[in-house]
Amino acid sequence: MDALPQELRRDESSQTEWDRVAASREFKDLMATKRIFIVPAFVFFIVYYFALPILVGYAPAFMSTKVIGNVNLAYLFALSQFFMAWTVAWLYVKAAGNFDRLAKDIIDKAENQRKGA
Amino acid sequence: MSTPLIMFLVFIAITLGITYWASKRSSGSSAYFAAGRRITGWQNGIAVAGDYMSAASFLGIAGIIAFQGYDGFLFSVGWLVAYLTVLLVIAEPLRNAGKYTMADVLAYRLRPRPVRAMAALSTLTVSTFYMIAQMVGAGALVALLLKGSGISYTTAVIGVGILMIVYVVFGGMLATTWVQIIKAILLIAGTVLLSLLVVAHFHFSLAAFFDAIGHVTYHDKGQVVVKDFLQPGLRYKPPYGPLDLISLGLALILGTAGLPHILVRFYTVPDAKTARYSVVWAMVLIGSFYIMTTFLGFGAATIVGRDFIATHGGTNMSAPLLAQSLAGDVFFAFISSIAFATILAVVAGLTISASTSFAHDFWTNVIHRGVERKPGEEVLVARISAFVVGAVAIFIAILLGPTANVAFLVALAFAVAASANLPVIVLSIFWRRFNTAGAVAGLATGLIASIGLILVSPSLMAVDPPTVVGTARHLIQAPAWFPLENPGILSIPLGFLGAFLGTVLSHEPSSQVRFNELLVRSNTGLGAEKAAAH
Repeated sequence: MDALPQELRRDESSQTEWDRVAASREFKDLMATKRIFIVPAFVFFIVYYFALPILVGYAPAFMSTKVIGNVNLAYLFALSQFFMAWTVAWLYVKAAGNFDRLAKDIIDKAENQRKGA
Repeated sequence: MSTPLIMFLVFIAITLGITYWASKRSSGSSAYFAAGRRITGWQNGIAVAGDYMSAASFLGIAGIIAFQGYDGFLFSVGWLVAYLTVLLVIAEPLRNAGKYTMADVLAYRLRPRPVRAMAALSTLTVSTFYMIAQMVGAGALVALLLKGSGISYTTAVIGVGILMIVYVVFGGMLATTWVQIIKAILLIAGTVLLSLLVVAHFHFSLAAFFDAIGHVTYHDKGQVVVKDFLQPGLRYKPPYGPLDLISLGLALILGTAGLPHILVRFYTVPDAKTARYSVVWAMVLIGSFYIMTTFLGFGAATIVGRDFIATHGGTNMSAPLLAQSLAGDVFFAFISSIAFATILAVVAGLTISASTSFAHDFWTNVIHRGVERKPGEEVLVARISAFVVGAVAIFIAILLGPTANVAFLVALAFAVAASANLPVIVLSIFWRRFNTAGAVAGLATGLIASIGLILVSPSLMAVDPPTVVGTARHLIQAPAWFPLENPGILSIPLGFLGAFLGTVLSHEPSSQVRFNELLVRSNTGLGAEKAAAH
């Protein structure tokens, strides 16, 4: 089992160790790196997604405009949502590789300090 | 014996074999509730997809598209895009900070007993309502599919109920996971085959297919109607349609990330990184499946026709009837048994999340203050509660009968998940000031607001003509007080508001003491639950 961090958690006086990690530059970097990707990605997909029910609901005539043969704007925009979701997910996985590296450094450092103490 | 019945029996035999195998391997809480946390990323991805693609998606969406065209496709879109919320916001922190249930994350730094009690109540509400909807659907469907083999609605409901109890009681999470995986593969295979047959029917010309969708012909009140089914607005009509569509979107986008039976799946993998990959796997499968629902739905509208479906079992039979008209009775049996497998797997997933929450949150942590008095007690309680949950669902589903109007139960499950569960999970991870009173108030407001608004919505309140009889009638025979079918647009902000007010109106410094710990753990995985050793 995860002997070390569990110990760290149970011990009341070790609360300061979590606080120290939370206040460290590395952890702040990790949070900033995550925020830079996740906040814009979240806002983007919410806006892109809700544009669909809003346009379809309030501008049905415009959305019925035929684009290729009988295929209209409404269908293509709905279909594009799938590719939007996959693309955002793929970009997130790429960005998350970076989060993992930063997180691993933080964990290693915390465990080394624990051993050293 | 009829072909569908033989196919059902083969599927049942395989899944019971898996349950037997899993029961030999499960011992201890982590093995029973979380499959030892040793499910791999792709396996869990397929299982998430299997848990999520319910009969409502396979039969329901195909039916809505077949009858009301484009608007049905909007359900498909919301159901996939919702996974971005799961991926970006919920899956990894949840895996890092929790153990078996969503309440683990709430109880991390808040006072455990009140928040676990409320979270268990909301989990049981969501799971039970969702399950009853599936069971009523299953009973009606199986009775219809096996028409002529002497299996009635009641027998079908009891059969489905007993099977799911067996999977969960004996096989735990490991058996449930493999039932989901097999079902998801079958469902995708069936959908791909059916879609190919639809395209083949139009001589592999998408242009011809879309032309046919442009003039779908059917009878309405004795009149011949020709409609372009790619045109939006056939289902969601003014004045409230557009608003209802937005409300539905909100409930889907925020509700999926609060569905207990989806959240528990992220505890079955070794770490947050695997949880992330499993969401991506699930998105690929779920997305491909939902794109194909248009082939199923539009295929049924153009090839089978609304008139024929309406007189041969109704909207929910669109996909099986399409299979029958394209490739005959054996393929009909194959697609029908996939629908059956779909329901069974989803019901098993719901049962395990409900019984886990009862045993882990309520029994161990609320009643016995976090102490497991004897080894194996938690698992024993979960097994008993799975049995009870299953029996209650069977009883209610039989009581409601096959014609009951149950679509609102699924809407309710998503609305409760979005209005009660999601706000408190998000706030407990991201808001330092958040406290116990806020969590309890948020869960209670979200739960009451979503249930209350559905009670007075057009789903339950309407004036039926006298021709509608029995349980198909609306519960309250009066004009609806709330105009939208989906309460999300009002109940979700109310859930957040309740959580906010509960927090700022109370004082609880102790809830902030461990915020840094939760923050570090949920973002780095330091101290997260590890996979069981071999």
